[in-house]
Amino acid sequence: MRRILLSLALIPCLAFAAGLDYTLTIRDHRFEPAELRIPAGKKIKLTVDNQDASAEEFESHDLNREKVVPAKSKAVLHIGPLKPGRYSFVGEFHEKTAKGAIVAE
Amino acid sequence: MFGAAIIVLRETFEAALLIGIIAAATRAIAGRGRWIAAGILAGLAGAGVVAVLTGQIAALFEGVGQELFNATVLGVAVILLGWHNIWMSAHGTELAAGARRVGQDVTEGRRQLSAILIVIALAVLREGSESALFLYGLLSSGENSGYAVASGGVLGLLAGAALGLLLYAGMLRIPMRWFFSVTSTLILLLAAGMASRMAAFLIQADVLPGLINPVWDLSMVLPVDSAIGVLMHALIGYDAAPAGTQVVFYAVTFLTILAGMWRVRRPLPIAAV
Repeated sequence: MRRILLSLALIPCLAFAAGLDYTLTIRDHRFEPAELRIPAGKKIKLTVDNQDASAEEFESHDLNREKVVPAKSKAVLHIGPLKPGRYSFVGEFHEKTAKGAIVAE
Repeated sequence: MFGAAIIVLRETFEAALLIGIIAAATRAIAGRGRWIAAGILAGLAGAGVVAVLTGQIAALFEGVGQELFNATVLGVAVILLGWHNIWMSAHGTELAAGARRVGQDVTEGRRQLSAILIVIALAVLREGSESALFLYGLLSSGENSGYAVASGGVLGLLAGAALGLLLYAGMLRIPMRWFFSVTSTLILLLAAGMASRMAAFLIQADVLPGLINPVWDLSMVLPVDSAIGVLMHALIGYDAAPAGTQVVFYAVTFLTILAGMWRVRRPLPIAAV
């Protein structure tokens, strides 16, 4: 009985997670897309796919997130729920080119 | 080269401040210099290992290994700093009065210093591994000569060390009767700030909920990337827009350590002041 209740309780989590996956790609020390639109008020799972041959650090003071993404690999971050607004981020290791923002709306 | 130096400085800044504060706080404990140096060396070696293993660490626990690793490192540092601070408030007065006696209490002094060694090693490890990855990336991109990368790294490291030394020298000028209050307050805030950062990593990993996101937003008033913001962030764990869980971690750590310090504090002999 308890197990059934537990699995029932987990269904909303699964439903919640579905469809809220986003990916940012790093290529030549730039983010693609440079502006990522996401729904406000929802948690999202953001995958940062670094295709460069050098490591990058995804950093955002607005989002309070920092994460090193090793060369040629992917990293996952959880973001939100966010209030509507613009949240900028940078690749700290190549700040001149690696810039972008998440727009929650 | 200067770009590299600035990034290395930014990464090593917090570790440098931590070492400066701890070096000052433990000035009365005999033989601390060797332990601090050993902590830095152990941290550097660890940073190299972590940098090499970054890919593997990141891939653990469905991609949130790095957050859990950082959170663990911070958690251990918080516990050790808290313990150190409580110990210091029990022995601070003796240390101020006659440093030698406690210094010669070998077992206790050594246990304290090994905690210090670990805290320093962890700080250097966490910050150093990011610098190592960054410098390695610069080197492997082929756009920069090895010489430029190395000199940038060394320059950044020296600048960080200089800031740590400056803080240390400044703290030594604090009159003795306030000295322990100042150092223990700084370490208390440092530990609370680390606990808040630990919570931020656990939220990022989706292990903990953020609760209220954010509790307040001062990013227009004092952004974390302004000079004062960076300093406040490193020293007292300032966060312009913290999540509720971070504030809870900060407050609980702060109050727990403070309560521990009050409990063990011995009545201050007026003469020692």
